[in-house]
Amino acid sequence: MTENELKKEKKKKSLLSNWEFAVVKYVFIALFIALIIHFADFMINDSADFINNDYNSREELFAERVTRGKIQSADGMVLATTVTNEEGEEERYYPYNNLFAHVVGYSTNGKYGIEKLENYNLLKSHVSIDEKVETELGSEKYVGDNVITTLNYELQQTAYDALSFYEGAIVVMEPSTGKILAMVSKPDFNPNDVEADWEYLISEENTSTVLLNRAMQGLYPPGSTFKIVTTLAYLRENGDPGAYTFQCNGKFTTEDAVIHCYQNKKHGTVNLEESFAESCNSSFANIGLSLDVNSYQKVCDGLLFNQELPTKLSYSKSRFSLTEESTDSDILQSAIGQGTTLVTPFHMALLTSAVANDGILMTPYFIDHIESHTGEIVKQYQPATYQRLMTKEEATLLQKYMRAVVEYGTGTKLKSKSYEAYGKTGSAEFSSLAEHCHSWFVGYAHQDEKQDIAVAILVEEAGSGSSVAVPMAKKIFDTYFAE
Amino acid sequence: MLNLIIEASQYLMILLFGVYTFQCFESQIHGLRKETRTHIYNRQRIVMYLIHMIASNLIYIVTDDTRMVVLYIAQFVLISVIQCFYLFFYTKASALLTNNMCMLLVIGFITITRISPEKAIKQTIITAIAACLAFIVPLCIRNVGFVRKLYPAFAVIGLGCLLAVAIAGAISYGAKLSISIGGVSFQPAEFVKISFIFFVAGMLYQNNGFLRVCIATIIAAAHVLVLVFSKDLGAALIFFVVYLVMLFVATKNVIYLFAGTGAGVVASVIAYRLFSHVRVRVLAWSSPLEVIEKEGYQIGQSLFAIGTGGWLGLGLYKGEPEKIPVVVQDFIFSAIAEEFGGIFAICLILVCLSCLLLFLNIAKQIKDRFHKLVALGLGTLYGFQVFLTLGGVTNFIPSTGVTLPLVSYGGSSILSSIIIFAIIQGLYIIKQDEGSSDDRKRVEKREKEKVTSK
Repeated sequence: MTENELKKEKKKKSLLSNWEFAVVKYVFIALFIALIIHFADFMINDSADFINNDYNSREELFAERVTRGKIQSADGMVLATTVTNEEGEEERYYPYNNLFAHVVGYSTNGKYGIEKLENYNLLKSHVSIDEKVETELGSEKYVGDNVITTLNYELQQTAYDALSFYEGAIVVMEPSTGKILAMVSKPDFNPNDVEADWEYLISEENTSTVLLNRAMQGLYPPGSTFKIVTTLAYLRENGDPGAYTFQCNGKFTTEDAVIHCYQNKKHGTVNLEESFAESCNSSFANIGLSLDVNSYQKVCDGLLFNQELPTKLSYSKSRFSLTEESTDSDILQSAIGQGTTLVTPFHMALLTSAVANDGILMTPYFIDHIESHTGEIVKQYQPATYQRLMTKEEATLLQKYMRAVVEYGTGTKLKSKSYEAYGKTGSAEFSSLAEHCHSWFVGYAHQDEKQDIAVAILVEEAGSGSSVAVPMAKKIFDTYFAE
Repeated sequence: MLNLIIEASQYLMILLFGVYTFQCFESQIHGLRKETRTHIYNRQRIVMYLIHMIASNLIYIVTDDTRMVVLYIAQFVLISVIQCFYLFFYTKASALLTNNMCMLLVIGFITITRISPEKAIKQTIITAIAACLAFIVPLCIRNVGFVRKLYPAFAVIGLGCLLAVAIAGAISYGAKLSISIGGVSFQPAEFVKISFIFFVAGMLYQNNGFLRVCIATIIAAAHVLVLVFSKDLGAALIFFVVYLVMLFVATKNVIYLFAGTGAGVVASVIAYRLFSHVRVRVLAWSSPLEVIEKEGYQIGQSLFAIGTGGWLGLGLYKGEPEKIPVVVQDFIFSAIAEEFGGIFAICLILVCLSCLLLFLNIAKQIKDRFHKLVALGLGTLYGFQVFLTLGGVTNFIPSTGVTLPLVSYGGSSILSSIIIFAIIQGLYIIKQDEGSSDDRKRVEKREKEKVTSK
């Protein structure tokens, strides 16, 4: 044996005799590496949630050095900016007053809306080194980055005007990308006056709930728009829709409950498409009663009822609940979107978008990109698939039914030469008085040259969907496709 | 203008500390020439002094307080004395370990001075006293052979101290940690950790038959139970893990390791059921933002600090580390990450890892089994404590409220940490002596070969 081999042998031996030390050493190295990976993961992925938290007072530190950036619409309008008043103090200014109140929000008296969502980015400043030195030497503040939203000024204005004096909410989004194009909630407020009026706004005598963003936080019975969900539940349980027929005589009766069609209209013999297009309550009560409640509940959960929604703005969870113990009356009511079922207009816009996008829900988003004040892009947001809510076949069938609503059902006012509209109307009763109902429309429109556009419109205490909400949808579609 | 200086210093310190950290590992590459190593260590010292100077300069500019200059000079002298002592007196000690110890002390000094100058003054004085005491430790380790026979005494003294705290200790944050003698309050658990390791090493280094293991386990369990009784669960966990690892290495029996881990899991579940403050910590860990107002307040503030600091940090005096409760003790890492940045913080983790590897390497290389076990126990103690505190403040694991050795504020913590490092230095010296008698001939031969080949 040569000396070298001897050495090797010795080394091997010492390795073997020290294996227990190696175990301890490598376990510790693994622990420390895991710790560093966790730390880096926190910095990269999770820290934004913490930085943006209301309890983090450190953002105020940024405000001392950085002038809060602008919020702009996708078409270049300035929705929020920082100006210096006569006393030399910085003030937040919203050029369009009430128009973007809820979605853009405010940054005095706590933060709300996009002002809250993007607080961190608005207080960051990506400027060149020369500018940095210049700013420091001149002891001025840095200019914060600008946030460019997906909101479209013209659509927002149209939706705002369409809702006119009613209370309610409108959400407009692009199904293929998830971009939110407009979001209106009324009654509204002027963000420029929030600071001055704060005491009144939060006082108990103010019962107008103007600060509430009804589009995302308002919970309403969905009424007949929920028939989209019931139809999907029927398709999942029975497969073939061709076999279905129902004889409607204006009402549907069981031992302990009765459901009337709107204004007691007798629809005669209807198949599934006709039941949907003409919004036949009796037929859907019949369908609802035939469904297995557990799978019905599962379909709803799969459509994000009782679930978290993919957004960081404040919202309310939609509710749907049927169990084995539910009475026939509960089931009948639920099938036509009454009873204890509650939704937000935002959630309905997501469902409609998923139908329009062949079953795939894109993650909704409000921010297109962040840029420095000199226009250099700091961060670009990309459309992202959230999840598939239904198969392509199911979506195609629902599209067909929603088209029938416009062709011969409750939404014929949406017939247009320049685009194809699809949708579902709803008149949601919220008290025992029949004339007291919320007017709903959810739907989308297609034209070969442009991206599809989806809307969800809710008008409080306004009457039937076809008479109030549908004309509003028409105004929005007309504006969008006229551009 | 001030902001520019702060920002420039900030980047410079990150760069310097990055270089320092790299050299920690570069110097450990096998087969480096001795002169190369010495060069690296010298460069590390320069970097360390530079970081200390830059940061102290900033502190002075911002506070405009002449006390800061005095404090800086005192700290500078202290660090230099420690360096010189090891450089000229204990020439066989590990230079990297000395450097790391000084570097960690410096980072602690800077951070504590920035948060609370009063505490920094106290910390500097305690460190000076601790360093003086610790200078004799390597000498003792080398020359006092009968220590290994004293293990029954270590058990009695250790348990006695812990019992005293459990009965007469002062309560802070729901746990009994400290005892006050003649107006000076200290935490005996910090020192019992060391005596405990000597006890286990003395118990198991020669004979690890079943009976002996049983006795050792009972006494170790007594330590842990008394700590649980004082509700000092962080320390209880550390004692438990240290014992388990030492037992495993002493017996080379994997079954002990698995059985112990199983017992640990059962004990954790029981502790979760039994103690409300364990449940609070777990709740705060699993969803800090949902319970931010109460249970998650502390970890929430810590994560706000780390997150807002970002990779490059907010800059000294630009953050709000004082918003984190007990920041200078358990949460000092968050304060460092906030103002010095995430890159600096990761370097800090790596420097701690570098210390740990030095601990474990000496455990592997030294020949005497008693020394082996002591080094391994101290390494496990150091490594696990660092992991607990860093994992806790970054919300990797539920927080246990332990300090970061040498960096955190606190007399007992700093004194025991310095003693631990000194013991390891003593072992390095012993190993060098072993090595030199063994290898002298071989080294001489190699030197001759070099000369002839030239």
